[in-house]
Amino acid sequence: MKIPLIYNIRSLLRRPVSSAMTALGVALVVGVFIAMLALANGFKMALVRTGSPDNVLVLRKGADSELSSGIGRDNAAIIAALPEIATGADGRPLASPEVFVPVNLAAAGGGGDRLVVARGVTTQAFEVRHNVRIVAGRRFAPGRDEVVLGTAIASLLAHSAVGDTIHFGGRGWMVAGHFSSGGSAFESEVWGENEQLMPVLRGQVYQVVAFRLANPALFDQTRRTLEDDPRLQVDAHRESEFYAAQSSVLRIILNFLAVFITGIMAIGAVFGAVNTMYAAVASRTDEIAVLLTLGFPPRSVLASFLAEAAFLALVGGLLGCLVALPINGIVTSTTNWSSFSQLAFQFMVTPGILVRGVLFSLVMGVLGGFFPARRAARIPVVEAIR
Amino acid sequence: MRFLPLVWANLMRHKRRTVLTTASVALALFLFASLRSVVTTLQANGEVGSESRMIVQSAKAITFFLPRSYEERLLAVPGVQAVSFALWFNGVYRDPKDFFAQFAVDPESYLDVYAGDYSLPPDQRAAFVRERTACIVGKRLMDKFGWRLGQNITLRGTIFQGDWTLTIRGVYREIDPIFSEDALHFHYDMVYERYPRWVSPGWYVLKLKDPSLAPQVASFVDSIFKNSSDPTKTGTERAFNASFVTMWGNVSFLMNSIGMAVVFAILLVAANSMMLSARERISEVGVLKTVGFGDGLLFRLVMIEASAIALGGAVLGLGAAKALFRPSGFSAMGFLPGFDVTAGTLALGLGIAVLLALASGLVPALNAARLNAVQALRHVE
Repeated sequence: MKIPLIYNIRSLLRRPVSSAMTALGVALVVGVFIAMLALANGFKMALVRTGSPDNVLVLRKGADSELSSGIGRDNAAIIAALPEIATGADGRPLASPEVFVPVNLAAAGGGGDRLVVARGVTTQAFEVRHNVRIVAGRRFAPGRDEVVLGTAIASLLAHSAVGDTIHFGGRGWMVAGHFSSGGSAFESEVWGENEQLMPVLRGQVYQVVAFRLANPALFDQTRRTLEDDPRLQVDAHRESEFYAAQSSVLRIILNFLAVFITGIMAIGAVFGAVNTMYAAVASRTDEIAVLLTLGFPPRSVLASFLAEAAFLALVGGLLGCLVALPINGIVTSTTNWSSFSQLAFQFMVTPGILVRGVLFSLVMGVLGGFFPARRAARIPVVEAIR
Repeated sequence: MRFLPLVWANLMRHKRRTVLTTASVALALFLFASLRSVVTTLQANGEVGSESRMIVQSAKAITFFLPRSYEERLLAVPGVQAVSFALWFNGVYRDPKDFFAQFAVDPESYLDVYAGDYSLPPDQRAAFVRERTACIVGKRLMDKFGWRLGQNITLRGTIFQGDWTLTIRGVYREIDPIFSEDALHFHYDMVYERYPRWVSPGWYVLKLKDPSLAPQVASFVDSIFKNSSDPTKTGTERAFNASFVTMWGNVSFLMNSIGMAVVFAILLVAANSMMLSARERISEVGVLKTVGFGDGLLFRLVMIEASAIALGGAVLGLGAAKALFRPSGFSAMGFLPGFDVTAGTLALGLGIAVLLALASGLVPALNAARLNAVQALRHVE
């Protein structure tokens, strides 16, 4: 025989201030929990979205980032001639040998310099990296001192409007346009033509070669071909996996922080719930005794009080979701330590994170409610009803 | 105060509640102190470095090398007493997770420029300078990996391909955190020999005759190389370190907002607990009033009870944070060297505890003071 839930809800409403405080406490914990996960998720997604599973990224053997890689022109030509590479509409292979160089650029508002990745690409790159779209102006023209800026970094830099000129590598570069790429790390980069950017770095080397596979299922075979080629000293990575791995250090830190901070906060909130529920049980001793006398078994009383605590926490959890939702989309930036350069990304609240927040609140409620509920179920009827 | 036993009795009546509330206040202030220490440690790390040393780096970006020929020209700059240079090696020992800083340096000049910031036995210094494959390692790093003097360690190069085997010839202690004990220093020439056509210094360190010359030296150096293919960016060592700290982004804002949420969440718990206690004692307060306790006294008694919980929790939480981090050598995997809870953080934590006591005790205390004894006693059985 179950005790109807409405009994618990009405009981909670009988002590509105105490219930509200407990629920708010849970809400704050869940809010912080969601915010931290959204931060870690946004950072991860910015890098995960950067790579496509159809693409292969070739780096020098042993290089752990694009920054420490180097591939000579001759090797790049060998790689671009692989038969496994998809061809574009013009019949040329979809391969992009790229220069990758962090440069100091003047920050908006006179705030000194920012280290930003300048990536020298060919026009093929816009087809290899198919999520890249020009959203203002046009592409850079081959053979000219022109660049396009990612939308995320454009907002952080001085002189970043289309038509303005930015300075790096001892030259001025006209901003021909802005591009977006679905929130990926490319949006934190400056793109120009590789032949124009190569002299900035001195030396006739590319850093990476990116290409599209005609058949993505043949990745392992392609990788073996490349890594076994005695003329090359390279590692081939699936592009999506490579960029996702770049986020690992900061992601570990963020996830650790999320667990550490919200774990401690949660214990505090559970203590609050325990206090509230014990007080509730104590002030309703008569009621509970009546329920038991009426024939409700102790296990129903236990379930009822557990449900009450869980409900209270659930309200808090939902409230926490509401509080945390507005942070979705807020842009923040940090340094991607693998490339030493600025990476802008958004807080990303996903349904999965919200569900985890709500589940988290339920766990807090059940933990906080268990001992008080057990106390309620064990109340000696005869004494209580006297 | 002769009513302290009464306050104590009240606290002990619901032992569990008192303990849980105090514990949640303690947890909150522990968390607050931890978060705030992240901010203060970052700030402190940004202030490391001497004002009498300057760093010359490439104006293009920190990742660009500078020509070796700059050494002579920098020495000739008026106001410069000594010059050295270093290179960020970024090798991997065992696993990328075991990250630590490695600097390829010009041994003699580097150790001279940083003289006074570290302590290294003279015989170990001589052994390090003499042998091209030797390295010196900070004490903390030695302990972390359990290395011994004379041991060979192998780094896998990421920027500078290949395996690099170094022999530990010296162990130094840091005197100033700029010469971190979490780092390894070895011979620049070792890297240069393997890649002579490519490798050159990553940055130069200038030792000034007088710190007040810094602005003139900076603009003079940058003007020399302005129109070369490798223009420079010169600043004090302190500014150089601070620039790495700002690269983390807006950490302080994040930590402070979370700290606020934590404090507020715990305020709710503490206030709720005080209110629960007060509600249960309405009739009791009525009795006290009847036997002659004044309004003011009752107000104070409730406030003292709230303060006991808040301050007791604060002392526990802040004390635990202070006792835990520094002695255990916590450094967030090397990202926050010198992590410590500062006196300022402790004071701020205590301030929060006082506010907590006021906010959680005020309403119940006012209610107790204003209670109408006749009405309250109506409920007494």
